[in-house]
Order: sequence, then structure tokens, then C-alpha cells
Amino acid sequence: MDLSYTKEEQAFREEVRTFLEEKLPKSMSDKVRRGEHIGKEGHELWHSILNEQGWLSFNWPKEFGGAEWNAVQRHIFEDQCAAAYAPRIVPFGLSMLAPVLQKFGSKEQQDHYLPRILDGTDWWCQGYSEPGAGSDLASLKTRAVREGDHYVVNGQKTWTTLGQYADWIFCLVRTDPDAKQQEGISFLLIDMNTPGIEVRPIVLLDGTPEVNEVFFDNVRVPVENLVGEENKGWTYAKYLLTHERTGIAGVGFSRAGLDAVKRVARQESANGRPLIENPHFAARLAQVEIDLMAMSTTNLRIISQAAAGAAPGVESSMLKVKGTIIRQEINDLARRAVGPYAMPFASEAVEGDNDPVGPEYAGPVAAQYFNNRKLSIFGGSNEIQRGIIAKVKMGG
Amino acid sequence: MDFNLTEERQMLQDTLRRYLSERYTTTKRNAIIDSDAGHSDEIWGELAELGVIGALFTEEQGGFGGAGFDISTVFEELGRAGVVEPFLDTAILGGGLIAALGDDAQHGLVEEVIGGGLHLALAHGEPASRYDLSRVETTAKVDGGEIVIEGRKAVVINAEAAGFLIVSAREGGGPFSLDGISLFLVPADADGLTMQGYPMMSGGRAAEVTLDNVRVPTSARLGAEGVGFEALADVVARANVALAAEAMGAMESATELTREYLMTRKQFGRPIGTFQALAHRFSDLLIELEQARSAVTNAAGHLDSDDRDRQIAAARNLIARTGRLVAEEAIQMHGGIAMTQEYELAHIAKRIVMTDHRFGDADYHLERFIGLSAA
Repeated sequence: MDLSYTKEEQAFREEVRTFLEEKLPKSMSDKVRRGEHIGKEGHELWHSILNEQGWLSFNWPKEFGGAEWNAVQRHIFEDQCAAAYAPRIVPFGLSMLAPVLQKFGSKEQQDHYLPRILDGTDWWCQGYSEPGAGSDLASLKTRAVREGDHYVVNGQKTWTTLGQYADWIFCLVRTDPDAKQQEGISFLLIDMNTPGIEVRPIVLLDGTPEVNEVFFDNVRVPVENLVGEENKGWTYAKYLLTHERTGIAGVGFSRAGLDAVKRVARQESANGRPLIENPHFAARLAQVEIDLMAMSTTNLRIISQAAAGAAPGVESSMLKVKGTIIRQEINDLARRAVGPYAMPFASEAVEGDNDPVGPEYAGPVAAQYFNNRKLSIFGGSNEIQRGIIAKVKMGG
Repeated sequence: MDFNLTEERQMLQDTLRRYLSERYTTTKRNAIIDSDAGHSDEIWGELAELGVIGALFTEEQGGFGGAGFDISTVFEELGRAGVVEPFLDTAILGGGLIAALGDDAQHGLVEEVIGGGLHLALAHGEPASRYDLSRVETTAKVDGGEIVIEGRKAVVINAEAAGFLIVSAREGGGPFSLDGISLFLVPADADGLTMQGYPMMSGGRAAEVTLDNVRVPTSARLGAEGVGFEALADVVARANVALAAEAMGAMESATELTREYLMTRKQFGRPIGTFQALAHRFSDLLIELEQARSAVTNAAGHLDSDDRDRQIAAARNLIARTGRLVAEEAIQMHGGIAMTQEYELAHIAKRIVMTDHRFGDADYHLERFIGLSAA
């Protein structure tokens, strides 16, 4: 048993740290630290900086020009990025679609799409959820009917994150309505500029236009945009879910969030003393830090198994549940820490139209608290994760 | 022992609930939140006409209620409908202070408030005061026949709509001293008074208020010099009953919306509420809701008793804990739909959670309860 990183891993961590110090623009990390959105241009800039270093493809195999880091390296990278307030890497093309194309796509699809994901030519979004198919994703109804050398797609997707920026959408569509639910689904790549597609923004409860509805009205998609075999889409989607989940615990985000709360609690005062010395607040802070310390080691235990070649199983579900509980608790502490200054609605300040209200750190905390309620809902809700854990572990 | 509302209060509750369910729809309310003013003069006028503001004042103040259970009855309904109009600020805080301390000339303003013709705001909290009611650093100095006020006030809710701000300022004592705090009736358009206004997370508007060499006549003082703290503590106690009741009403709405959704939304071929994992959690919400209702009853029932402050600290602590549970669980059990601005629950959940940030969160009231219990 050795809890520390190996010499090589330490050297790698230094390399990542140096890179972030040198290449992550200060204006960008300041925005992330303040909880502001960096917009499409910001994301594209960060992707291009990483790509120049050869690190944007960190989870891709070497044969596709990837860095092919192991799970420990990926963890170190993600951890350091969160600590440095780097923007998150937009995952849709890079770590959701790319692994599917690499495993199931045709040579033509790989040659065409993968380089365009890396160089930022195509922004991808994910077309899975539908109004009637959330937790029960396999009940999806968006229909694709083969007509000659096209599929004609009709239906609706929802919760499409950053779909307003997307050039392409990868979609689960029903190609065989008579087959058993999971067996009639196909995986289609659709150009967002095709006639018949309409994107409508959904404003979230914190005021951000982060997700969208996407409507398909007789959208014609060339058959060569089918990935793998018709009616095998569910297998590909499931492959995605088990493929790359090291970041799911969000340890880096939690640690950065906890540091931020501590910084704020040193500046705020309650009854004439720094808030961080307030016994009730300090107890709650300590509690979540203790939980985080343990989860961080759980995360590393699972990562080191994965690096040794073990396939991640229900551990991913466990990390997702615990990780989101911890992150949401930290969001709650952050909201409480700023007292009455949680009340101003910061969107105007965030957009820079007005002078900030109250201390700079107070602006986004209430919005983040509400926005991050999504963590336990999306990507398979915590209820679905608990169901998976029970199903696998109880042997029923 | 009788836990029923009196006939008058029952009528008030029925009238208010009917009015709000017909007039204060989700669409209407969301439009009000998006408007420049952040509240509706039309709704305000209609509710004043229904007697909602009058119910918050005693007969001798010109109203027809004013007791703890009048406040809780009104605010439970306002909470249920997610009302963003500033009843707390104009009536309970502003109107309450003038009614308690005002001279005959100033009392005329209470009549205007009850009629719906005047808004007020309490400019008390400061950038560093957090929830500490005695921390006042704004100063007031007599200069001939005038008083000069200097300072900054933070998150002054309803400031932009108010005809007058009730400004707390020190005429003696250190920054935490209970003595030496005076209250002044300052016209919103006074020279030297500036506002930076902004919308709030859960609807309505507030402003950062700067008082730079603001001069008012000595007749603008509310009550005697340096003894404003007790009156402040009194209206804040009433505000805490109102906030607890409002959050409880909103919790009932959140729970009811969740019940409807759980029994309508189908996944895996059945209503999701038939999954025991959700059914049990829904039951927990109902259990906590009964606790919340009793906590409000305790607080409202002790508003004029010696045990007032301890009962109120207990109620606000319990409401803060159960409110967070209800808001978060209601969102979680709904899933994505509850994350959208236009769905009713989003606003209701924000009202519940943001209650925490007015006059003290769960920790603040827990400490207060411990302190008062030890005394």
C-alpha cells in the first residue's frame, strides 16, 4: 500500500501544472473562478490551446492520434485543471462521440469526423433525452424511416446542452418500432444545418440558456451517417456510459469549490468574528471536507484498478452519487457563506452590464447552487445509479 | 385547545387563495418577475382592496388584524402562490415601524400603506452586518435643525418603489451596541441618497443605497433618539413569522406539484410515484411539512409572549432545514423539468431557499436558540 503518486506520476503532475501556469489565459481562469460563462469562443480557444499541446485527445488511443493516458494520468490532469480554474473540456465530441466512432464507426467516418473534432471544425451536441424518455431512455420515440439512401427523421430531443453552438448532433433514433424497446434504436449523425431542424433554448432556473429543445421535422439524413449497424444503437450508447468515467466523482471541482468557500468564510464575518471560526459553519465545512477526503481516495482506488486494466462497474455509479452529494453540499455552504448578498440576481453583473453588487465572490453562488441541482439529475439520475448499484450488487 | 382559524381569518384565507389561484398564475407571475418594476401595481392595488394589507395592522393602527395568526394566514397564501409583491417590506417592516413609533403626522402614512397608495423600504442591513441586527455603522448627526445621515445600506428590498426609506443610523454607541440606534423617515428622492438597483434571485428588486450628506429635518426621526433597536427587533420578529409562514405555504405548493408530477409522469411503463424509492421520500416531505406547519403555529402563537424570540428562532431554524429538504427533493423527484425557469416549481423552490438569506439562516437561528435557551 502506497498512497503517494509514483515518481513518473509526480513528474507528470508537474508537467501539467507548468503547462497550466504558462498556457491557461488568466482572463479565462478568472472567469471560471467567478462562475461566469466563457461562451463558444472561450471554449474553442481553450480546446485549441490543449490541442496544440497534443492533450485535447488525452483519452483517445494512439492509433487515432490520441495521447492515450491511463486512468491515473487522466485523473491528475483533470484534478490540476480544476485546481487552476481551467474551463471544463466540452465532452460531447471528444469523449462521448469519439470513442463510439473509434470502436464502431467506419473508416470513412473516423477519417472524416475525428480530425474535425480535434481542430474545432465541428461542435457536437448529444441527442439522447426526449420529453417522454428521461430516466427511461430506451422508450425514446424520435423516428427515423429509411427512404432510398436517406433516413427521414421526425421527433424531438430535449436537454441538449449547448446545442445552440452545435454544428452536428449525434442522435439515438428509433428505426424499428416493432422490436423490443432497446433493439430498435440506431445511432445517427445529423448535420444541424439540415432543413427541418429547429433549436429552441430552454432557460434554466438560474436564468442561463444552457440547454435546448431540438425539433426534427422530416429531416433527411444520408444513410452513410448511420454509425455501425442499424438497430444496434443502444449497444453503442451503453458502451459510452461504461467507457470513460474517471471524472465522474468531480473531486477536482469539489476541492476547488471547498477552497473557494474557505476563502469567502475568512473574509465574511458573523458576530464580529471571521465566519470560518463560527462553530456551526466550521462544523459543516469540516464534515464535507472529511467526506471529500475519503471520496477522493475511493476515486483513486478505482482509478488505479482501471489503470491496471479492470473495467469500471458499479463503482462509477457510486462515485456519481457520492460525488454529486458532496458538490451540492459545497454549493449550499457557498450560498450560506455570503449571507444577504446571495439575494441579488447576478446575471446582469455576470454579463458585465452593471457594477457588481456586494463582494465579487457573492455574485454567482446562489445561481450555482440552483444550477448544480442538475448534477444529481443528469447523466443518469442518482435514483437510476442507486438502482444500478442494487441490481448488480444484490445479485437479484 | 382550538387549532382552527377564526371565521374572519378563514374567510381571509379563502378569499386570498381564490384570488391568487385565479389571478396570480405562473404565466402572470413570470411576466411580473421579468418586468422592469419587478412587481405589479395592478395586483398590489387589488390585494389592498381585498384587505390583505389591512389584515397586517391592528384596529388602532387603522387595520383589522395585526396579530401573529393574521400575519401567518396572509403570508402562507402569498407563499403558496409565490407572490413577489413586497408585503413584507412595505407593510410588516416599513408600515410596522411607522405604526409603532410614528407621531400623529407620520401615522397618516400607515393609512396610505393600507390603502395601497404608498410603498416603503427598511434600509437597515449594511455591507458588513450579515444578519446581526445591532450592527449599524451608518451615522446620524444633528446639525442645527437638521440631521445629517452618512452611510451605506445593503440589499434594501423594494427601495426603488418606496416613497420613503426607513433608515437606521447611529447617534451613539459602538458598531454592535444595542443602544444608540435611531430610525429616520427619509424621502426616497432626498438629495445625497443614491440607489443601485437590481433584480433578486427569487423575484422582486432591491438596491444598494448610499447616503452621502443626506439632510432631513429632526421631525423625520421615528420615535426617540437612540432607542430604535427594540422597535426594530419587534418588526423583525413579525417579519420572521411572515417569512416562516410564507416558506411553509411555498413548501405546500412544492409538495403538491411533486405529488401531481409523481402520479402523472410515466417512465418504465408506470407512474414514477409508484416506485417505492420515490414514494417513501415523498412521504418524508409530508411528515416534515407537518413539522413546518406546527413551527409556524408556535411562532405566530407566541408573537406577544415572553418566549417570543426563542420560539421564532426555533421556527426559522426548522423551516430553514425542512425548506431546503422540500425544495431540493421536489426538484430531484421531478427531474429536468423542475430545472426550467417557466415551470412553477422553479420559482417556488427559489422562494423557499432564498428565505434563508433574510434575517438569518439555519445556523444563525440555531445559535440564537441556543443562546436564548441558556439565558
